[in-house]
Amino acid sequence: MSKSIPFKFRLYVAGEASNSTQAITNLRSFCREVLDERSEIEIVDVLREPKRALADGVLLTPMLVKLSPAPIRKIIGNLNQREPILQALGLDLSAQ
Amino acid sequence: MTANKHIKTTKRTTSNPLKARTGIEGFDEITHGGLPRGRTTLLEGGPGSGKTLMALQTLMNGASLDNEPGIFVAFEETSERITANAAQFGWDLPALQKKKLFFLNAQPTYDFVQSGGFDLGGMLAVLEAKVKEVKAKRIVLDAVDIVLSLMSDPAARRRELYQLHDWLLSNGLTAIITSKANLSDDDVGAHPQMALLQFMVDCGVILSHAVVGGVSQRNVRVVKYRGSAFEENESPFVIGDAGLEVAGAHYTDESRIEVSKERVSSGVPRLDTMLGGGYYRCSSVLITGFPGTAKTTLCGAFAEAACGRGERTLYVTFDSDANELIRNLSSVNIRLRHFVKSGMLLTKSARMVTGSAEIHLMRIRNLAQKHQVRSLVIDPLSALSNVGNKETAMGVAERLIDWAKLSGITLVCSSLLQESGQVEGTPLQVSTIADTWIHLNYLVLAGERNRGLSIIKSRGTSHSNQVRELILSDAGVTLADAYTAGGEVLMGTLRWEKELAARTARTEIEAVTKQKQAKLLTDEALLEVQLKAVQLELEVKRAEKETLTRLGTDRKVELAHGRNHMRELRGVDKK
Repeated sequence: MSKSIPFKFRLYVAGEASNSTQAITNLRSFCREVLDERSEIEIVDVLREPKRALADGVLLTPMLVKLSPAPIRKIIGNLNQREPILQALGLDLSAQ
Repeated sequence: MTANKHIKTTKRTTSNPLKARTGIEGFDEITHGGLPRGRTTLLEGGPGSGKTLMALQTLMNGASLDNEPGIFVAFEETSERITANAAQFGWDLPALQKKKLFFLNAQPTYDFVQSGGFDLGGMLAVLEAKVKEVKAKRIVLDAVDIVLSLMSDPAARRRELYQLHDWLLSNGLTAIITSKANLSDDDVGAHPQMALLQFMVDCGVILSHAVVGGVSQRNVRVVKYRGSAFEENESPFVIGDAGLEVAGAHYTDESRIEVSKERVSSGVPRLDTMLGGGYYRCSSVLITGFPGTAKTTLCGAFAEAACGRGERTLYVTFDSDANELIRNLSSVNIRLRHFVKSGMLLTKSARMVTGSAEIHLMRIRNLAQKHQVRSLVIDPLSALSNVGNKETAMGVAERLIDWAKLSGITLVCSSLLQESGQVEGTPLQVSTIADTWIHLNYLVLAGERNRGLSIIKSRGTSHSNQVRELILSDAGVTLADAYTAGGEVLMGTLRWEKELAARTARTEIEAVTKQKQAKLLTDEALLEVQLKAVQLELEVKRAEKETLTRLGTDRKVELAHGRNHMRELRGVDKK
């Protein structure tokens, strides 16, 4: 499968908001446990870079955007449920 | 359009600093000036009730009329779809979008995935950046319920709502939050977050859409407005060619009405005389009557006279086809065809048009404005009450009259009375607000049915109090002289008989008078002669008497003389 291609993520967070900090933690553990670190994570704080979030059309936070591999997918929430993430990333559930 | 503009610019609602006018016809009146400035308004309604449209219209008018930049946050429809829809109303959003109107797409996309909780903190940060950048004064959060429904935790929903509301207040934004309503007020328990929002906001507005008697009926109701009086009842509204239009004002700003003393002809010269010169310009005339009492004929006569004066006229008929109308009127010598050809007269048959009274009013207004009419005929106005909600139909008739006055239009409408048992009033009760009320009736007497016309009222004019007979012939329309007998107005053959009898009686009286005069003259002459004779006799008698008296006196003197003389003669005594 596409085991060699790394995932590129961008996570939009709102400063220290609890859902946002949870999302960072959850994403990191997800990448470590499910993706074996084959991933790059960029974190954008919309409180610091609101114009960038605006340009990217991000209003609800936290929001995870999978930039690659295509297609681009958006996942909203603190990422505490893995099932929808796996579905969104197109990963076979049995792989876990 | 020009008349419309005139009304807008003179609205007294612009002055209130605590309110942000919506610029929506009628809505600013029911809220006494608009939405609370710097506060939040919750706009609720069912699907398709016009929430998005109303919010957008408010935002657009704020940007274009009051130069207040606005932001539209779309949680449901994409901004592209919204602007495309707006284009149908002739709203030039792209032009405004360059500087004063901004759309943010916040709707979850079709491939949207959720994992766990989220919050609005990021959105508020982003919005704040945008608000500062464009110096926004107004904001719309469209379909906020979509986002709230994604929050499974009620505590989270409550927290986010508080945060949102605080943020809106602290930024001094005049905000509209739209949300699907539960429609019934007692159902708020099912959506506790909405109940919370209803308590939080300073102003609450509910839009509803119902079908009454098979006719669509939209209503807007202000449910709360902190620190302000407002119209608490439902007001009907329509979504017209230019957006929302609320049947607002039940009052008219009298100062805006230009009162005219000019008289315009009713098209029937003798009726003009009865009215003291005709209808007043810009007044409203109501012609009531049972079927076939020549209401349409009077309407037609007015239209013909108006066109003849060179005034653009709109004739709206609910009863017949426009061509039929013109043909029928030509049978009483009311010629309208050439005015239609020259464009002076616009006829519109609304017989087959369905729609609520509101819709009809809107169409009539649009037509009248497009055609720039000075005279308007609606035949019959009572047709409005036959569709949909009768209560709103009354309001429509009132607004029609107000609007015609404001626009400087002389309005003539007929109204059908259904049964003869009915009191002299109209189904729409327009009679109270119409300036002139002419009533047509049948008078059945001596096996004839004749048309009677009476002026029940005519404000500001002295008018004849008499019931007159209305005569229709191929020469035209006129009123006959009134003949009364025993408290009844005589019409038709009876009038003719009475006229004849009166003529005969007059001749007889004249002859008798002449005879009498001659006889009297004779008597007079005779008496004068007698008088003279007596006088002469009297004079003779007087002369006789005088002579007699004088003779008596002479004799005494003579006697005295005689005695003295005799004594002297005798010489006996010395003197």
